[in-house]
Amino acid sequence: MNAFAGKPNAARRAVLIGGGALVFSAALPLRRGRARDLGGVPETGVLVENPANAFSPNAFVRVTPSAAGEAGEIVMVMPNVEMGQGIYTQSVVLIAEELDVDPVNILLEAAPPSDVYMTAALGTEATGGSTSTMSQWDPLRQAGAAAREMLKQAAATRWGCSVDLLKTENGKVLNTKTGQSLFYGEVASEAALLTPPKDVPLRPSSEWKLIGHARHRLDSRIKVEGRCEFGIDVIKPGMKVGTVSACPVMGGRVKSMDRAAALAVPGVCDVLKIDNAVCVVADNYYAAHKGLKALFVQWDEGENAHVDTALIYQQLHDGLNDPKPLVAEKHGDAPKALAGAAKTYEAIYQQPLLAHSPMEPINCALHIRKDGADVWVSTQVPLRARDAVAEIAGLPKESVTLSSQYIGGGFGRRLEHEYVAQAAMFAKQVPYPLKIVWSREEDIQLDRYRPAYVDRVRAGLDEKGDMTSIVFDLVGPAVCARWAPAGMTKEGFDPDLAVAIAPPETPYYYKNFQENYIRRETPGVVTAWWRGVGGTRGLFVIESFMDELALLKNVDPLEWRRRLISHEHPRARGVLDLVAEKSGWGKPLPPGHGRGVCLQFVFGSYMATVATVNLEDPLNIKVVSVDSAVDCGEIVNPDQVIAQIEGGVIFGLGTALFDEITLKNGRVQESNFSTWRIIRMNEAPPVRVHLVQSHEKPGGIGECGTAAIAPAIANAIAAATGRRLRTLPLMKALHSSEGEN
Amino acid sequence: MIDLRINDQIHSVDVTPDTPLLWVLRDILGMVGTKFGCGIAECGACTVHLDGKAVRACVLPIGAVSGRSVTTIEGVGADPVGKAVQEAWIERDVVQCGYCQPGQIMAATALLKETPHPTDMQIDEALSGNICRCGTYGRIRDAVHAAAERQS
Amino acid sequence: MFSLRNFLFSVAATTVLCAVSGLSARAEGTNSDLVKRGEYLTRMSDCQVCHTAKDGQPFAGGRPFNVKPFGTIYSPNLTPDKETGIGGWTDDQFVKAVREGVSPGWKHLYPAMVYPDYARMTPEDVKAIRAYLATLAPVHKEKPANTGVFGFGPARVTMVFWNLLNGPASSWPDDPKHSANWNRGRFIVEGPGHCQECHSPRTLTMAPSTSNAWAGNVADGWLAYNISSDKQDGLGNWSAEDLTSYLSTGHAPGHGTASGPMAEVISHSLRFLTKEDMAAAIEYIRSLPPRASAAIKAPSSTDQSSVMRGEAMFDGACAGCHLRDGEGRNTPFADLTGDHTARAPDGRNLLLLLKQGSNLETENGSVFMPHFGHGYDDQNVVDMANFVLDHVGKTKAGLTQADLKKFMEEAGE
Repeated sequence: MNAFAGKPNAARRAVLIGGGALVFSAALPLRRGRARDLGGVPETGVLVENPANAFSPNAFVRVTPSAAGEAGEIVMVMPNVEMGQGIYTQSVVLIAEELDVDPVNILLEAAPPSDVYMTAALGTEATGGSTSTMSQWDPLRQAGAAAREMLKQAAATRWGCSVDLLKTENGKVLNTKTGQSLFYGEVASEAALLTPPKDVPLRPSSEWKLIGHARHRLDSRIKVEGRCEFGIDVIKPGMKVGTVSACPVMGGRVKSMDRAAALAVPGVCDVLKIDNAVCVVADNYYAAHKGLKALFVQWDEGENAHVDTALIYQQLHDGLNDPKPLVAEKHGDAPKALAGAAKTYEAIYQQPLLAHSPMEPINCALHIRKDGADVWVSTQVPLRARDAVAEIAGLPKESVTLSSQYIGGGFGRRLEHEYVAQAAMFAKQVPYPLKIVWSREEDIQLDRYRPAYVDRVRAGLDEKGDMTSIVFDLVGPAVCARWAPAGMTKEGFDPDLAVAIAPPETPYYYKNFQENYIRRETPGVVTAWWRGVGGTRGLFVIESFMDELALLKNVDPLEWRRRLISHEHPRARGVLDLVAEKSGWGKPLPPGHGRGVCLQFVFGSYMATVATVNLEDPLNIKVVSVDSAVDCGEIVNPDQVIAQIEGGVIFGLGTALFDEITLKNGRVQESNFSTWRIIRMNEAPPVRVHLVQSHEKPGGIGECGTAAIAPAIANAIAAATGRRLRTLPLMKALHSSEGEN
Repeated sequence: MIDLRINDQIHSVDVTPDTPLLWVLRDILGMVGTKFGCGIAECGACTVHLDGKAVRACVLPIGAVSGRSVTTIEGVGADPVGKAVQEAWIERDVVQCGYCQPGQIMAATALLKETPHPTDMQIDEALSGNICRCGTYGRIRDAVHAAAERQS
Repeated sequence: MFSLRNFLFSVAATTVLCAVSGLSARAEGTNSDLVKRGEYLTRMSDCQVCHTAKDGQPFAGGRPFNVKPFGTIYSPNLTPDKETGIGGWTDDQFVKAVREGVSPGWKHLYPAMVYPDYARMTPEDVKAIRAYLATLAPVHKEKPANTGVFGFGPARVTMVFWNLLNGPASSWPDDPKHSANWNRGRFIVEGPGHCQECHSPRTLTMAPSTSNAWAGNVADGWLAYNISSDKQDGLGNWSAEDLTSYLSTGHAPGHGTASGPMAEVISHSLRFLTKEDMAAAIEYIRSLPPRASAAIKAPSSTDQSSVMRGEAMFDGACAGCHLRDGEGRNTPFADLTGDHTARAPDGRNLLLLLKQGSNLETENGSVFMPHFGHGYDDQNVVDMANFVLDHVGKTKAGLTQADLKKFMEEAGE
């Protein structure tokens, strides 16, 4: 298996004992986490630090120089953070496909904060919105190809032969004429002197050895052996652990606290305060947690102390009566067509505030000194996080290092960096490295939430019941306005709110279409991105509504969609037909069962989902199975596409069934997994994923499953029971009479 | 000082007896493979073995552990069943973010030690206390079966 | 009515108790024996639980008491704060308040304050409590205004008449027919321990019943169980060891774990009793005449669908601590087998336990049951309870959302 017979670790040991080659040792990357001694084989997955003196042809490839006959170490810099979506493995494959190295023999470095690693679609160095593979598809392959060509050129110069005689294979340059070979490391120093070539042609798909083939994840072993270093696992010499409590009412401040009582708890060493939060620091988390309890913090709650859930929904529903909504998207003249329609049909949907609750509670470790700072954190936005620390600490940005850790779940929560800023405000008060760990209660109650929305949809129908016009009235906040103001339209629309509804991000053709937006920011909470963003939000509305129209006209819901697909989206028809076949659509089901379908074109991928539910027990929604047919274009690693759909469906399903963040007196009521319910193994249906072979450009995949499942289930419930649930979460709607509106 | 036997090594720690085992492992002994997820035994991320049984380290006061044998994710690979479970996890590409998986693996290993060939229902019963936010449940079930096959 | 025996017991008690006391850190410069004795009596009287708000500072008051249908009473601040606490009171004023229910300014305290029981302590006992409370850090915290009839003056006047009917007894002389231990036990149980306030049914005038004493009663929505020696309904089948274990640790094998208000009593009061006092209290409790409990409404059949739904949720949300058969995973405290709450067919305490959670302090820190709700809606909670009744309690399991609603209302939620 190991192509690197030179055993780099053995080389390093030799260097440490001997003398002459000390420069050499400085060139080797340092492992950040807890690697296991594999007898010289580089362990995949453990993150390393950027090696000095390495051949670095671009931002993504590093080859450390090696002695004759020995392999250098190859480090690949990961532009996106790994939070479970498998992007480290995908990125390595993209580079390795052109660089001709075995993915299991390379080392990984998490990208440092830098504009170089910016995700264009997001306007900053960020991992989110299912954009990673889409945006790295070309750049990473180009990086691998450029490095390869430089290594070949260096070898050609060494051998005094034409570069055309050379090829690369398994980490070596080969001379096809003489049979000579050199490890990449052997020519790395010479390659470093060359100018990187531009526009190296990329290999055609027919030559791919890695892309498109199922491959094991590179981070599995360190994760199953407990050696993967998440942000919460960082331990540095002299480090203390703090836990925080921020005012549970947004905008409130610390009024008083019993500092002495907290300091009296064994193990507690400091009580720190900022305007709206306190932090108890101790030798271990539990002592800090006890100290926080003993602190008896009292709050000035401020003006949001009156906010409750009813008020939030009331404001959203009132928004529907706004006389001057913003016309956000349109074609044709939908209001006119609606007014002249033979029949109209209207439905109102309500979706709740949602917490993210990744399994790794929010945390941040940092050491702020006079001359600089180090930050170790799980974040989806390294650059923003670094800049925030620099600003709060009053330090130049360059003096702040940030190590991106493995992330124990992001789901959009770590696109926010306010917790890093908060941690910096505490850490700058103490001389020692401080790791701040939030309790689960803090994680849920001080989250930044997926907004609640109210949507009204009106359709104009002709005499035959066919749709001639559709008008969406959408009431809710604009997350984009805070997170990426430049992304707002000049009229004041958050384009994320058009996803899944408005052309071109819908597979449907509307004769007359209009989307009206009534912006209502949510009082008492900060709203933020959440897995599936606009797709999750919009699909519940449009796919529920499509189903209602089909049932109204007494047409099979799948057939109804087929008729409405725009001729510009033949791939939508492909996934719909595939899922119909695989799910046994139309075949008889036992009593109390029902099937529901959802069709989508979001994140650049097509997907059709059929969920089968069992409501023989009218008080329980039992999901029997889920089938999804996916056409996401070119696939890097089919097994990981399947994994993302499987996981995304389960993630979305649990939330759609159970969850809603509620406020009372300005405070979030849900606090831990006994009130914020996560779907469990015995509630998780089998998810069968059916992939379509495609050579179209790759689409995103991490959020597709999450977006699909709520409407598929709601439609299946309607099929099984005749009840149309238009309010999420579905279980609560089922148990009350209000869910139907 | 409280003496603990963890992965067949004796450790002495100086903490108050109410300190949960989880924090002794993570913050005193630096064994961070065992994860903090909820602190109320609702998620299973902190699952370790106490005398061979799967327990939640976040609610297990160290005062109740003295003299008993603890196995963590760092040590479970030394056990043939634990090793088989870890290899099955890799083989089936179970992990996504991986944060819950140490707990899942500890729960699965304890199950297989008692029930070498569990049915789907027995797996569900034993592992439903372990939350996976990434939704890898289907693959976990498959991997438990695969680990059972490896054993036979 | 100074009782020499009581005094001697108290002194003996305090010497043992020093080791476990953790409450007062600021006793320097005071009469430390008096303060220690006061601390012990404060715990025996369980002042802390009622005089502490949820998540509030100990003894700073503010805990609400819903007296249906009359209104809500809030407990006052017992810390030595001069403006909002009792820092400005004289010792005699304090004794009068604790033993006679009359606070400075001749305000009659409502019977949420158990002064008829506390009157069985001597003025010296009460002064010791005062001495201890004076060592606490003052907390400036205003008492919320009472609501309903308790918000007005006339109710206080009414209390004068209530006191004539039901009001303060005085320290009882020892009953020579019984042992010194028994008499000490009676003092603890009926005096500062004020057990009857929850465990005896109320008369029409809201005083504890004497004719049906100890047969159990609803307090704060929870059923305080029958603690008479009745074999069927009471503690007749509990050994002295069972009771000792239960009252001093919160758990007895085969009888489950204390929860709800009883867990609070054990956390802050009973577990601090000396061995001798605990034995005395138990001797007295075991001598209580058997009385049958009032019949409770039980469902006539089991709702199988609900049990099945509950089973799935139990495996996920409950078995992490209890294991699916209820024998407990992590600690003996999670052992549900034999627990009265897991088999009482009206599900009152079980449902409230699920909705409110519970916390028990032990020598190894807090043992707690989280509260369920929100993502687990009322139907879910009822389903989980039905599974416990059916599977662990082996009893008919037909609870409904209406039951839950009723119990929650009675609990003031």
